[in-house]
Amino acid sequence: MESHLQHNPDLTSSVIFGLGLVYMVLFVMNAAWVRRSYAVDGNFRLNLGGLLGKGQEVPVAAIWAFYAFMLLMISIAHLTGTGSPQSFLLRMPEWMKQPINWLSDPRWFFIGSTAVFIAMIVLRSVWTTATAGWVLLNISLLFMAFSITDYDFRQIVGKPDNVPIVAMLYIVGFFTWLYFRKSVDNDKRRAEGRPLFEQEKNEKVLTWPDLVYTELICMIVVTAVLIAWGIVLQAPLEEPASAAKTPNPSKAPWYFLGLQEMLVYFDPWMAGVVLPSVILVGLMAIPYIDFNKLGNGYYTFNERKFAISTFLFGFLPLWVAMIVLGTFLRGPNWNFFSPYEYWDVHKLELLNNVNVSEWFWLNLMNQQLPVAAAGSSPLTQILTILLREWLGLVLVVAYLFVLPPIMAATVFRKFFTKMGFLRYMVLANLMLMMMSLPIKMVLRWVVRLKYIVAIPEWFFNI
Amino acid sequence: MSVGDYIRGSQIWKSIFRHPAPVDRRNRIVVMLTNFFLHLHPVSIKQQGIALSYTWCMGGITFFLFLVETITGVLLMFYYRPTLQFAFNDILALRDVTTLGIMREVHRWGAHAMVITVWLHMYRVFLTGSYKPPREFNWVIGVLLLVLTLLLSFTGYLLPWDQLAIWAITVGSNMARATPFLGYEGPGAQLLNIGGFDLITSGSDARFLLLGGRFVSEATLNRFYILHCVAIPLVVSLLIAIHFWRVRKDGGISQPL
Repeated sequence: MESHLQHNPDLTSSVIFGLGLVYMVLFVMNAAWVRRSYAVDGNFRLNLGGLLGKGQEVPVAAIWAFYAFMLLMISIAHLTGTGSPQSFLLRMPEWMKQPINWLSDPRWFFIGSTAVFIAMIVLRSVWTTATAGWVLLNISLLFMAFSITDYDFRQIVGKPDNVPIVAMLYIVGFFTWLYFRKSVDNDKRRAEGRPLFEQEKNEKVLTWPDLVYTELICMIVVTAVLIAWGIVLQAPLEEPASAAKTPNPSKAPWYFLGLQEMLVYFDPWMAGVVLPSVILVGLMAIPYIDFNKLGNGYYTFNERKFAISTFLFGFLPLWVAMIVLGTFLRGPNWNFFSPYEYWDVHKLELLNNVNVSEWFWLNLMNQQLPVAAAGSSPLTQILTILLREWLGLVLVVAYLFVLPPIMAATVFRKFFTKMGFLRYMVLANLMLMMMSLPIKMVLRWVVRLKYIVAIPEWFFNI
Repeated sequence: MSVGDYIRGSQIWKSIFRHPAPVDRRNRIVVMLTNFFLHLHPVSIKQQGIALSYTWCMGGITFFLFLVETITGVLLMFYYRPTLQFAFNDILALRDVTTLGIMREVHRWGAHAMVITVWLHMYRVFLTGSYKPPREFNWVIGVLLLVLTLLLSFTGYLLPWDQLAIWAITVGSNMARATPFLGYEGPGAQLLNIGGFDLITSGSDARFLLLGGRFVSEATLNRFYILHCVAIPLVVSLLIAIHFWRVRKDGGISQPL
């Protein structure tokens, strides 16, 4: 083996066989795609230096056929190569693991998912073509299949309770792709003065059979999927509950792991109570603060740029990506572990973060933090705490109460005049609460900020 | 006269279905009006309102999953006893010896799937602007249903009474003790005292209310069992009824009136 730290076998016969089936499915999918490509994509010029004659025209389908053939070969290699898993060659190479491990550090993970989010919007007409979608699907599936050869990756992703999260990523990805595809189409129709897709064929039809049959088929498919899923994967059952044995890591149910991830940056009263409540109130407030009458009943991006971008930012990088981070990349002691890293209980992470008050008094004023003398009156104690934390308190008050009017006069000027005072204030405060998470994250990474306001005496840390 | 015709012509058949088979236009309309289950739908519907690429069918699948969870849940309740003595062993028996123990798998995977389909339903409703007037309030009901779906899943998580269960619930419910004013480690809780007597302690705060104790215990199991099997499903059923009724009254799933 290449490493003496190899704690577990990278590959077993059953994993190789399973991957063989995965590549076989990929081959069948791409064989079907070759057919589609042959009918749709046409030819392209291929210059092989006169090998096939100058500027030979070759169907695009030829490339797909070659790719599908490679998949078939890889599949056969897997299905017949289960004998000696130790020497099986097709596995994720170490030199590829390193950069991926490095890129999945929480900082790069968040910055990366935000960058992907922005690129997704800017390049929406590029990545939503059928071919681009197919290429992306293939890349992600190959990445998964390749990564499964890594023991640590397999341990996390293959956990039965984590399988729905992997499925969710593909489903959310597909529907996001579908949304942008449809909105690009509609925005183009609008620009050219043609009727929208949703208006084109919109006659009334009878519910029986058009809707009830769709529903029936959906019900049958869902039932079949659930039963198949139940047969293949057994519901997890660990050891009997024991209050004395705390597992490490202790994780909340997967859909709350985004909230648990926020605990890195906020105290429980913010991450576990205030921010979730704000999320729910904010969701309920959406119909009352969105004054834009356009975009009701059809897919569009151009007509609702602000609303869509804000919602997508909240859903994709701040909710879904945080769940991925909390599920797959957080191990013992909620330390960060890269996808191909062993979950070592003894991993140490330095936590030398500073509060705003410490920075102000110790670094800037070069003196000790103000402390009330022992036995002083409650009023003195309160005033001392406020004095100690004055800068943080001013910053928080300014963020929540001074920033909205400034935004109303500048970036949100149009919104403010259209929405009126109350609506605007609700919108501004919801936006600020949402942005408080990325702001706190960036401050943590850049200046090692712990708390803006740190009053542990009152459990009041922000 | 074939057997099928004989059955369909019988008094029993007619008394149940109230109308001839929906094979022609007239009876396809009649069936929607006279059948209890179908009357949730309008008689006719805009093509785009039922196009799969437009609706994604996620709301419907969510409702269907709710039904699946109800049916499998009732079956599981026949076996499962929510006490420290039995809970874990009953789940073990479901896995190892009980006929149709796969109901637990279907129930658990269905629950995960339901959380995802609720999100996707919301995603679609947002992206098509279907919350815009006159459907603002139905979106609010939808958000409530989202919360209740998550709570259903959360309360169900505890019932197998294994390590996964109690520690996930411990981590989740620890948040409650930091609730501002109402949790004993929350900001402002110290202010709620009368003459030096604290109102909010670890034995009287939000977490205690949720768990029925200072930590996850048998009282919690009982509490979560009742929330999971009775209390929340009742509220969800009511809200689903209102949600569907409002879809009809507000003129379909989207587009302005």
